[in-house]
Amino acid sequence: MTYLDHAATTPMLPDAIAAMSDAMSTVGNASSLHSSGRRARRVAEEAREVVAEALDARPSEVIFTGGGTESDNLAVKGTFWARRDADPARRRILVSAVEHHAVLDAVHWLADHEGAELTWLEVDDHGRVRPEMLRAAFEQGHSDIALATVMWANNEVGTVNPIAELAAVCAEYDVPLHTDAVQAVGGVEVGFAASGTQALTLTGHKIGGPYGVGALLLDRSTPAVPLLHGGGQEREVRSGTLDVPGIHAFATAVRVAVEHRREVAERTVKLRDELITAVRSAVPDAVLNGLPADSADRLPGIAHFTFPGCAGDSLLMLLDAKGIECSTGSACTAGVAEPSHVLTAMGADASAARGSLRFSLGHTSTQDDVDALARELRGAVDRARQAGLAGMRKQKQEA
Amino acid sequence: MRVLAAMSGGVDSAVAAARAVEAGHDVTGVHLALSAKPGTLRTGARGCCTIEDSRDARRAADILGIPFYVWDFAERFTEEVVETFVGEYAAGRTPNPCVTCNEKIKFEALLEKAIALGFDAVCTGHYARLSVVDGVPELRRSADDHKDQSYVLASLTPEQLRHAMFPLGSSRKPDVREEAAERGLAVAEKPDSHDICFIPDGDTKKFLENRLGERPGDLVDAETGAVLGRHTGVHGFTVGQRKGLGIDAPAADGKPRYVLSLEPVSGTVKVGSSQELSVSTIDADRAIWPSEQPLTGPTECVVQVRAHGGMAPAVAEVDSDGDAVRMSLREPLTGVAPGQVAVLYSPDAEAGDVVLGSAKISATA
Repeated sequence: MTYLDHAATTPMLPDAIAAMSDAMSTVGNASSLHSSGRRARRVAEEAREVVAEALDARPSEVIFTGGGTESDNLAVKGTFWARRDADPARRRILVSAVEHHAVLDAVHWLADHEGAELTWLEVDDHGRVRPEMLRAAFEQGHSDIALATVMWANNEVGTVNPIAELAAVCAEYDVPLHTDAVQAVGGVEVGFAASGTQALTLTGHKIGGPYGVGALLLDRSTPAVPLLHGGGQEREVRSGTLDVPGIHAFATAVRVAVEHRREVAERTVKLRDELITAVRSAVPDAVLNGLPADSADRLPGIAHFTFPGCAGDSLLMLLDAKGIECSTGSACTAGVAEPSHVLTAMGADASAARGSLRFSLGHTSTQDDVDALARELRGAVDRARQAGLAGMRKQKQEA
Repeated sequence: MRVLAAMSGGVDSAVAAARAVEAGHDVTGVHLALSAKPGTLRTGARGCCTIEDSRDARRAADILGIPFYVWDFAERFTEEVVETFVGEYAAGRTPNPCVTCNEKIKFEALLEKAIALGFDAVCTGHYARLSVVDGVPELRRSADDHKDQSYVLASLTPEQLRHAMFPLGSSRKPDVREEAAERGLAVAEKPDSHDICFIPDGDTKKFLENRLGERPGDLVDAETGAVLGRHTGVHGFTVGQRKGLGIDAPAADGKPRYVLSLEPVSGTVKVGSSQELSVSTIDADRAIWPSEQPLTGPTECVVQVRAHGGMAPAVAEVDSDGDAVRMSLREPLTGVAPGQVAVLYSPDAEAGDVVLGSAKISATA
């Protein structure tokens, strides 16, 4: 099997598995006062320090959550509520058009239910939010802005945003910036303090940690109203008994991913570039989406292509049948492939947005994976082209 | 063979897919998303376009260990099935959307895409017996009289039938349910789907009113020409309908009155007695012959004009180019509406009546 979907989830690191199973064999609620509780608490607090150190944050800024979606929701809704409570005029959210659904759907919910107004930050053809676009949004008036949210790196096309520059613009207007760094951590250098952002989302299963655990790095001076109320854990921002084994494994994965980032990235970039070359030689008219292949502002592992004349879901099925696993980059709960909102925001038309595939590499990828794709891609594309967009609309040549 | 199993999320298509797997085929499951509003979550698990159904189909595919995908045919379904349905009613005809869906979606849009992607056949959970001998398809009624769906498949062309697979044709529904339970398929107890899938509440009249608005016209006594009342549109009526005509005064002879004909241009609905409703000759055109051989000379057969019931022995004669059929019924039928499909069967109690052909009803007398 050829796994080219590391951006969806990547295999757990052996160190993280070991950490998780070690912690799972002990008992202790980190909120308990007795010795077992203290032991559990120590594991959780050490994990907090590990995450903080790896990401240039303070331990008190680390809030453990149930993963990326929760962190995004907490950052967006929690900050919106807190800022609006402090000043009812603050109802506007600046949000990039290419965010993950965990951010998009959260801001839409706020607009539908909480009176939020959304200002969309457009992206350039490469999927990048430019600082001048952000500045232009502020210049239209800023006293009513609750927060801005721009992802560090895009999960579909792998474009990395100039987060520090964007944060500097936000700082001029004293507006907090949240960044979804789920794809960035472990791929590019991520430092919370240096970034100048006030909130940063990360999750375990994209970096070799377990599913269902992640963190929000939240600046101490940026208040957030909790989504979950209860025992007051995590500075009363995120109640719930701490998942000590998950947190221990997550922190282990963050540490290993950051420690080995350079060497893994170097290897991954090399494989990715070979993959890009292989795709282009098999299908000369395939279009690489996002920044040019040699740009430094690409994630190491992602190569996203449009295959003209193909339906992405046909291509995915044909490659799947050959043991090659990749993604169309977006899916909805019913499993119907929708045209990617990311590509649409980058200016692609609907058929190009439907005819795209994401190949993503990670820490276990090898040359064999690239070779397997190189072997099977041409045949799959030829077939998918024959099928064209068959079935999607009525054939006009009918009598 | 490489087989694409269309999986609705119901018990029949799940067992059909299971049998295709067991027969040694390389099977891939596909659920067709047909609803323009994919978020609709309908309770009661009826129909075929909800997220719930998609999930049921996925679970069945998991258990069978076959790949599974959801393909979006909503645009095409809306265009070819829903719009046609509304348009036919507006034109005073009574269409069968399941026939259109089989003809245009499952065995045209889906089959075309499947073949282009390298599949040899599309497998469904329909109850009808199909065999292909030396490239000549033969379609027969199901072994289960109650479930027989040969009527809604009779409009498929020989080429479509050559790429079709109906593994449930020789089975009875209770046995299929039992088999589903034995195979550990959770859909074993799922209720049968009824009605029209894109009208989940079953209120066809309201659906058409929403789509077509009010188109008032007269209710007219066919014999005397007397105007008996007004109505809000011919699409609210079907030939043979008795209830809901909204006529206060009884007929002179005191007998119930039925809809005899619909005239969409003038908006006239003609009503009359059950005798006048009786039809002894049916003309139909756009004939399709599964064996590729139109009937020659007068042929004794059984004609069926609705998905359930509406059968009569008849003599059928076909014009020279094999397109138009005249059926002289040996026993009269009622409720025969233009737009419906007439299917011609050659009776065979042992192996199932054979579909000789089908055609769309254009006129009755």
